[in-house]
Amino acid sequence: MIAELGHFALIVALMLAILGATVPHYAIFRRDTRLMALSDPFAYGQFFMAATAFGALMYSYIISDFSVLNVAANSHTSKPLLYKISGVWGNHEGSLLLWVLILTLFAAAVAWRGKGLPLRFRSRVLAVQSTLCIGFLMFIIFTSNPFLRLDPAPFEGNGLNPLLQDPGLAFHPPMLYIGYVGLSIAFSFAVAALIEGEVTPLWARWVRPWTLAAWIFLTGGIALGSWWAYYELGWGGWWFWDPVENASFMPWLAATALLHSSIVVEKRDALKSWTILLSIIAFSFSLLGTFLVRSGVLTSVHAFAVDPERGVFILGFLAIVIGGSLALYAWRAPRLTPSGMFGVVSRESALILNNVLLSTFAAVVLVGTLYPLVLEAINGTQITVGPPFFEFAATVLMSPLIVALGFGPLLAWKRGRISRAAQVLIPAAIVGVVTFWLVIWDKAGGIMMTGFGLALAAWLMVSVLMEIAERTKLFKNPKKFLTRLVRLPRATWGMSLAHFGLGVIVLGITVSEAWTSEQLRVMSPGDTAEVAGFEFKLEGVEPIAGPNYTAVRAAFTVTRNGELVAPLYAEDRVFSDPPMPTTEAGIYPLFRGDLYAVIGEYLGDNRWSVRLYFKPFISGIWVGAGLMVLGGIISLSDRSRRIGAPAGRRRSKPKQPAVPVGQTQEG
Amino acid sequence: MTGFKRFIPLLIVLLLGAVFFKSMTDGHNPKEIKSVRIDKPAPVFSLRLLADEKIQATDAILKTGKPVLVNFFASWCAPCRAEHESLMTLAFDKGIPIIGIAYKDDPIKSQRFLDSLGNPFAQVVVDRAGRAGIDWGVTGVPETFLVDGDGIVRYRHWGPIVGDAAIGRVMAAVEDLE
Amino acid sequence: MKHLFAFFLLVLAAALPATASDTPLKDPVQEAAARELMKEIRCLVCQNQSIEDSNADLAKDLRDIVREQVALGATPDQVRAYLVDRYGDWVLLKPPVNRLTWFLWGSPFLVLGGVLIAVVSSRKKAAVSEPLTSEEQARLDELLRAAPESDQIKGSEKQ
Repeated sequence: MIAELGHFALIVALMLAILGATVPHYAIFRRDTRLMALSDPFAYGQFFMAATAFGALMYSYIISDFSVLNVAANSHTSKPLLYKISGVWGNHEGSLLLWVLILTLFAAAVAWRGKGLPLRFRSRVLAVQSTLCIGFLMFIIFTSNPFLRLDPAPFEGNGLNPLLQDPGLAFHPPMLYIGYVGLSIAFSFAVAALIEGEVTPLWARWVRPWTLAAWIFLTGGIALGSWWAYYELGWGGWWFWDPVENASFMPWLAATALLHSSIVVEKRDALKSWTILLSIIAFSFSLLGTFLVRSGVLTSVHAFAVDPERGVFILGFLAIVIGGSLALYAWRAPRLTPSGMFGVVSRESALILNNVLLSTFAAVVLVGTLYPLVLEAINGTQITVGPPFFEFAATVLMSPLIVALGFGPLLAWKRGRISRAAQVLIPAAIVGVVTFWLVIWDKAGGIMMTGFGLALAAWLMVSVLMEIAERTKLFKNPKKFLTRLVRLPRATWGMSLAHFGLGVIVLGITVSEAWTSEQLRVMSPGDTAEVAGFEFKLEGVEPIAGPNYTAVRAAFTVTRNGELVAPLYAEDRVFSDPPMPTTEAGIYPLFRGDLYAVIGEYLGDNRWSVRLYFKPFISGIWVGAGLMVLGGIISLSDRSRRIGAPAGRRRSKPKQPAVPVGQTQEG
Repeated sequence: MTGFKRFIPLLIVLLLGAVFFKSMTDGHNPKEIKSVRIDKPAPVFSLRLLADEKIQATDAILKTGKPVLVNFFASWCAPCRAEHESLMTLAFDKGIPIIGIAYKDDPIKSQRFLDSLGNPFAQVVVDRAGRAGIDWGVTGVPETFLVDGDGIVRYRHWGPIVGDAAIGRVMAAVEDLE
Repeated sequence: MKHLFAFFLLVLAAALPATASDTPLKDPVQEAAARELMKEIRCLVCQNQSIEDSNADLAKDLRDIVREQVALGATPDQVRAYLVDRYGDWVLLKPPVNRLTWFLWGSPFLVLGGVLIAVVSSRKKAAVSEPLTSEEQARLDELLRAAPESDQIKGSEKQ
């Protein structure tokens, strides 16, 4: 009964979406404001219905109603409650339903918080958002219905992929989806602006908080996913440049570019055409990601079960949405004339450089991800494009970005002086160069790339600090430093934290790549092995039983110079439903690096194959990502950034930059 | 963006869409790795016979002047069980000699497997370490190769030969040689 | 059918007998060289992992082969060639530069160049905007005279 209710709610949601996608355009055509105002209730209605459907599916999972095919195929009574719930989105159908739920949630949020937007524009936005909903709802109802019944119902379900039975992965997909789908708002705003033929600074004011919110979730989701790979896959790797990882990285790059370009639109009324295009591209990358995961055109560890019919459906939908919006762009873009002028050396130019490099990188990741597919389609040759290519591209394109990042925030709008910025940055440059020479000279990991990476990280972090010092006039008037520091706008704090976070990530990547120590050993209980000055002693290996798995657990104690550092427990689990082994690495994070142990195969005779690592400063990768997320949140919490804020701002000057230029926020 | 430039994103997307559509509908499995052995001489090997561990068979057994199928199988492999009937059909109804290579399998178990399901193979050799499999570019069992009379590999069937369509494809490749 | 096949693959992976030895080489220099090579070789039965990062049986076999060859004194190129001979360029995570991949390896520079050209050309176009018509000039003069204290000049979106 509950499942039927969910199914019914989906159909009602589809009808509301069809109404929501058509009525506003008609109302605007007829200039009927009462009819335009209906777009709000349509948005609320869609959200309510999607929530009902999602709730119905979740309920079926929680009570293990195996008469629902989707539950039987993906759940099991012995699963802990958390994984019964996360099982809802651990499969193709359920994850699509989550996607629709978030899509309608964002539409409802626009309807609720967007009272400050002109009614006409708001109903255009909601109509575009409803159009997206139609596509996904039809996709669910016609090809991927999660509410199909199974008769007779089995006594037990098939269970969830054990790799997904992990707290990190329980929350990774929803976060990523909120990020993906959050970009739909920028998309809908862009398409609505194209239909209206006008982009104003107010438009950018509106789009930025939504993009920032989506970006925060994307950043968090990607970081969570890589952290999961780090401790769960058991190989010490954290990013594999897998097509599906790339599919989440491309929207992130585009969203990051969009965040920066919309600043220029908001403050300087320039880059409008490009920002609109970027809004479309960012969400298109999100759609591409869902397509790649579900169509089976590429193979990936993350892919859902492949079904050509679904693939063709979603490809058609993509063609309509992306092709349609880009065609609209090609038609209307000439109307979006730039008006803000600026010099070659200026904050604007720095932000353009940021956009050039980020979007080039996104395009190159796309090329690398799809190259094997295109090459095979054209000429039948199979090749692999793996991490070495992407690392090459990242080095070529991200190094200049980091160098430029030091300068950007110090340049003034319209016309800046590079010499002034350079003066401030001298210490950063010195630290960078010294770091480089120290690494080369010391030869510890003595390779150019390590020195280069560390120099970049040092440059970036010191330049962020110098920039704060400059803003607070630390060297000119140190007495008032603290008051000035506290008074810095939160958006500035957010920017600095996020930029500093990037520096920490670069540091973490470079140091852990260069100086990871590793031992591949065959050990019996009582044996010790030395890794980077740490003594790993295998104390014992014992079988243990979890709720739905059995495991062997290896207990290590790690000592340094005879003093106990930490105990480590590494597990090798075998799940029963479905039968599958997984590894749980034993990790102990120290400030200077992670101790990392993995237990491998039993080789007989009380001997086990064991991998032991010391990964210096690898946690910098996630600490840095955390700083970025925190920076995003702080920036979002800034009063002028708040989602409802433009309502208040609008009263003063609608088309002027609402914040005086002197009080600039981020850059 | 004005002029022709503004159409560039749209064109890229349309091209990609066409590529996606093609690769989704041409029925190829993205997991399948194409064999690079096709039209090259079969790899050299020297492996013991399943029937008699003292006798070593070499790749010379492939050069009979007639097309021969080479089938990698193992008793622990479920899809091999599924395709066994097709091998019987190919061997006895269609009259194509098949050389079996028992891949990473205990010879006793291989023998038991053939005893219970029937033996479609003209000869069976034992690749205990799986090295012959790697030389042939095998990624998993079962895989089946068609070798012509001169010992040149002409066709590879990836995965189990199940159903008339699959048998038909193998037969078509054989007939192409004649 | 596809599900069935996926299931078979699972069974296959689970049931594969472990025969590979997968023990490190005695000589640490050779072992390090072998490990570097393993990072570049794609696992054939798992997706997008190197053989260094895989538990699959075939990956272990290939690790053994890499170690063997390195121990016999083969150069990295020879080891790669050995594997390419059997599995094609597909096994290399780092695709070789040839006429099929020049676009790939060139893409960071090609795309960057293209984008830069687009940016520069559109900036030029913006900079050399059309001269004002006499009508516009008159209006501008009027505005400049009328509005020394007004900062409310509206954005010129629609003109």
